[in-house]
Amino acid sequence: MNWRAVGTIYAKELRDLLRDRRTLVSTIVIPTFIMPALMLVVVKTASTIVSKARAEIPRIMVIGGDDSPGIRAELEKTGKFRLERASGDWKSLISNKRVRAAVEIPAGFERALGSGSAPAITLYDYQGELKSGLASEQLRTFFTGLRSRATDKLLAERGLPASIARPFEVTQKNVAPPEKVGGNLLGGFVPYFLIFLCLTGAMYPAMDLTAGEKERGTMETLLCCPASRTAIVLGKFLTVVTGSLASVAFSLISLVFSLLMIGSTIGAATKGMGPAGEMTPTIDPLGILGVLAMVLPIAVLFSAVVFAVCLFAKSAKEAQSYVTPLVFVIIIPCGIGLLPGIDLNLHLAFVPIANVSLVCKEMLSGVWHWGYIAVIFGSTALYAAAALALAVAMFKREGVIFRT
Amino acid sequence: MIEATLLTKVFHDKKRGEIRGADGVSFRVEPGRIYGLLGANGAGKTTTLRMLATLLKPTSGTAIVAGYDVVREPDKVRASVGFLAASTALYGRLTAREMITYFGRLNGLDEPSLRARVRLLADELDMYDFLDRRCEKLSTGMKQKTSIARTLVHDPQVMIFDEPTVGLDVMTARSIVRFVRECRARGKTVIYSTHVMSEAEKLCDVIGIIHEGALKAEGTVAQLKARTGETDLEECFVKLACPGEAN
Repeated sequence: MNWRAVGTIYAKELRDLLRDRRTLVSTIVIPTFIMPALMLVVVKTASTIVSKARAEIPRIMVIGGDDSPGIRAELEKTGKFRLERASGDWKSLISNKRVRAAVEIPAGFERALGSGSAPAITLYDYQGELKSGLASEQLRTFFTGLRSRATDKLLAERGLPASIARPFEVTQKNVAPPEKVGGNLLGGFVPYFLIFLCLTGAMYPAMDLTAGEKERGTMETLLCCPASRTAIVLGKFLTVVTGSLASVAFSLISLVFSLLMIGSTIGAATKGMGPAGEMTPTIDPLGILGVLAMVLPIAVLFSAVVFAVCLFAKSAKEAQSYVTPLVFVIIIPCGIGLLPGIDLNLHLAFVPIANVSLVCKEMLSGVWHWGYIAVIFGSTALYAAAALALAVAMFKREGVIFRT
Repeated sequence: MIEATLLTKVFHDKKRGEIRGADGVSFRVEPGRIYGLLGANGAGKTTTLRMLATLLKPTSGTAIVAGYDVVREPDKVRASVGFLAASTALYGRLTAREMITYFGRLNGLDEPSLRARVRLLADELDMYDFLDRRCEKLSTGMKQKTSIARTLVHDPQVMIFDEPTVGLDVMTARSIVRFVRECRARGKTVIYSTHVMSEAEKLCDVIGIIHEGALKAEGTVAQLKARTGETDLEECFVKLACPGEAN
């Protein structure tokens, strides 16, 4: 193998690609700016909507309860609700979002409350609708509060301690360290993001260096030189891997910055929500390094596969039509890491892409299963080597290289 | 020196089955001579020349090019051959200088001799006006000069031209023809394919008529005319290439 020729080809291809605006956009600009910006916009919008919904004083409707003026007054006094005049079509009003929720107070409720035999209260809401849910949640809080106070009063009247109705309290505390919570929250998302970028970063260079060259007639020129075909493939292939890794590197740097910004956004939105407020997404820097190491064989694998596929195509356009379905093929196993409740096992450790997605999620939440990590790194490297061998074999076939 | 012995290339096509792109082609070209491969489109000119340049591997038969066997030592053959075809394009995003330098490096030239070589070629081909402009911005004539410099960067003994004047205007085509003659004057072995009779007549010392992958006749223009009793090379060509169809 003539490594000097490989180096010459690599240096030229890299320079050639860097002069192409389309490559710069697809491997550097998009990963650096667009993706994190998109993420930021989504998270920011979502948290704005949530906090807006929380800040809104919901319109609710009280059905019945004319003989329970005290309850009505108390509801109004909380300042958390805007009471609407009762009307018969409350169901459609809730559906139309004119009213967020309704509460039905049966006749004689207030009178019966003192005797401990009050009839049931019914809450009406539109399930799945955020603001309606929040309104009925607040109504529920109000009425459970009312019930506790009524219980305490009844017990006190009979000279019994309040603890008889609530012999113990239930409190909820989070034991996971902050990075574990952050890891679970973002751990599925970050590898998904990076694996996807590995592919998009390899796509454009691979198309340009194979089908693109055939189309422009430079492939024949290159084949006239004394460098062996293997040297040519390796030089080109290394360029594709560089594109893939550059995408990952650029996105990772900007991801860290955008995470810091998103962290403060989530922190602000979840303030005062009890345990959930502690979910500041911090990520273990060692986990990030682990993810980078696992992404390396994935970048080689994708580069080789995309290279081989594009090599077969006659034109960049044809290559594009082969690569686009590949995106979906890769996204599916990659998305397994995003599913809640799927844990790594020995079978899954051999499933390409899905295994990396899962182990990255673990590493980001501070769990290091060295056995699995070794199996996954090894198997992915093996798949990558096989794909590269396929690309080299294809490059040596006249039917492929002169397929015009 | 080129010596082709029974060069045969069989392609497999799903619809048409087996196609003989070249069928037992044998010929010999001496240094300082221009051998013209004359044939219609699809006759097998490109296939034959690609086998000589080791871009394609012969199905059977072989050729010795500049002392090396195309089947056994393809890398050495490529290092001794300059291949110029209408289809060998330039890298649009490289400058003319980078293009020449790239192929010089791939041919194993060291940096000082490469610099000297680029200077020499730029002088000879009068390239200084556009040497540092990107190839995509060059005129057709400038592109041709750059391609010529690319084929000559390693000073090959053998030059292979595959219809190099296709699609060129008269002036650019003439400069190519002048360049081919110059290669002969410098003692290089030249093989030149074309389907233009006048070009073959003007340029070639020996003409081989190729049709349906096989070499049908060979000789100087005078010999071919004498053999067929025609005064026009086109009539000679038709008679020799497909005797049955001549009328």
